[in-house]
Amino acid sequence: MSTSSDERLGWPRWRRSWSYHATYYAQTWRGSVASTVLFPIFYLAAIGVGVGHLVSAHTGLVGGQTYLHFIAPSLLATTTMQLGEGESLWPVLAAVKWIRSYHAAVATPLEPKDILTGKLAWVVTRALATGVVYTIVIGCFGALHSWWSLTLPLIGALITLAFAAPLVAFAATVQSDASFALIYRFAFVPMFLFSATFYPVSAYPASLRPVVQFIPLYHGVALARAAAFGEGSSAAVLAHLGVLVAMALGGILWGRRTLRRRLVD
Amino acid sequence: MTSDHILEAHELVKRFGDFTAVNAVSFEIERGESFGFLGPNGAGKTSTMRMISAVSQPTSGALSIFGLDPSTHGPEIRGRLGVVPQEDTLELELSVRLNLEMYGRYFDLPRRLLRERTAELLEFAQLSERADDKVDNLSGGMKRRLTIARALINKPELLILDEPTTGLDPQARHLLWERLYRLKREGVTLIITTHYMDEAEQLCDRLVVMDHGDIVAEGAPRDLISRHSTREVVELRFGTDSHEELHYRLAPFAQRVEVLPDRVLLYVDEGDETLQALHAAGVTPTSALVRRSSLEDVFLHLTGRTLVD
Repeated sequence: MSTSSDERLGWPRWRRSWSYHATYYAQTWRGSVASTVLFPIFYLAAIGVGVGHLVSAHTGLVGGQTYLHFIAPSLLATTTMQLGEGESLWPVLAAVKWIRSYHAAVATPLEPKDILTGKLAWVVTRALATGVVYTIVIGCFGALHSWWSLTLPLIGALITLAFAAPLVAFAATVQSDASFALIYRFAFVPMFLFSATFYPVSAYPASLRPVVQFIPLYHGVALARAAAFGEGSSAAVLAHLGVLVAMALGGILWGRRTLRRRLVD
Repeated sequence: MTSDHILEAHELVKRFGDFTAVNAVSFEIERGESFGFLGPNGAGKTSTMRMISAVSQPTSGALSIFGLDPSTHGPEIRGRLGVVPQEDTLELELSVRLNLEMYGRYFDLPRRLLRERTAELLEFAQLSERADDKVDNLSGGMKRRLTIARALINKPELLILDEPTTGLDPQARHLLWERLYRLKREGVTLIITTHYMDEAEQLCDRLVVMDHGDIVAEGAPRDLISRHSTREVVELRFGTDSHEELHYRLAPFAQRVEVLPDRVLLYVDEGDETLQALHAAGVTPTSALVRRSSLEDVFLHLTGRTLVD
């Protein structure tokens, strides 16, 4: 086999890594697409309509909205967080330790930072697609009240990135998945439950309300709700955005270090 | 750098904390040759491979691949290399064909070219019939051939193979060697690490022997053998545990005597004559075998240890 000057596509290196993930996903997409469409319908029907019926019978509106409309945006926020987690812990440990597909990739022109960028770009792509589906489903339940709702897929993508980036960075440092179950149990489940997901912050005693600010997912939930209802001060919206962007950027910088250390020492 | 050298390493060092994995090794590899790194596990072969694959940076020393510096031209160098890692890194859930095509995308190759080349490489790896099977269902030898095929997707000028046949049965090894000869005939430069001396003798034009991070000898396999060993070796086994005493008794019969836990090696030029002499002197081993010297003997002589423990 002689050397030849091959034609090249001219793709940046991160995009080749993105394309690898996309091709892989194309082999296994069926199950996840069904659940992406069906889950929000089931969820809104059960919790929004079902539990919402009880809520409205007892307290009427929640935060000025029916219960269904109140929880619909937080569904988008929690789902995109879960997408970020699901793509980042076990799959990354597999890629650096079990299957070693990232080790295969650094033997090609790709650098660790290209692998990270391609991975996160792929996760964001999935989040955008999920966000579009969820926004449509939420819209079908009549729960969108503002043109700002059109930004919901972008907000979802930012939430996914805010969680995926630091988790990828962390997963690249571990030798076993023992810590992952703990992270799920003691970080994600409480965040899912206590981020003002199912009730407004005003449900907490006044002394606890500031503590909620320290739950990362809370900012995603608040941002999604602000977009769906077209409400909230710009100062508050900017603060929520700032927290999520800081998590994403911090995670990316950390991940560049940890992946480099893991893959090329 | 002369134009014939595809790779030059000068005083390469790789340290991990206090541990020195590679201790100032120097070597040059010519275009078109097959060059081997022979040594036991832990000799520093894999660390050396990772540096010359332009993946890990040397702690110190100078390295040039295709005349380029890997610290500044890593992606460009890796685009012209093929790497076969010690452990397969295939996507087990995907098809054989897709494993090749997806890897080719890392090299920015267009789809049409990839399809063409994948068909060629499936043929080369004798996997055409298994193209659409999941990799998980392949045998160890097939996976190894697929890993090699995958490393060829970018038509590399230099193919680096880390322990290519470890864990394979003899038949699978011979098939793989035959594929590697074919690449060599086609002008691909090969760099091979192995702890199998027969593999090094079969495949390498020239090799270095590594031990504890150092290069302890360098040359063509036959030259190394004639330089560091005798023409023949007499292997004797005795039904006794006290091989040490035998050392003294057997020394007069050979140029060199090595006492191993299970056998005694006599380094001589004419094995059959030595056997007759031993017989005449009343030495009665339970078994005796005359063979030609191998790289194993070179390694034993240089380091006092056997290659495969």
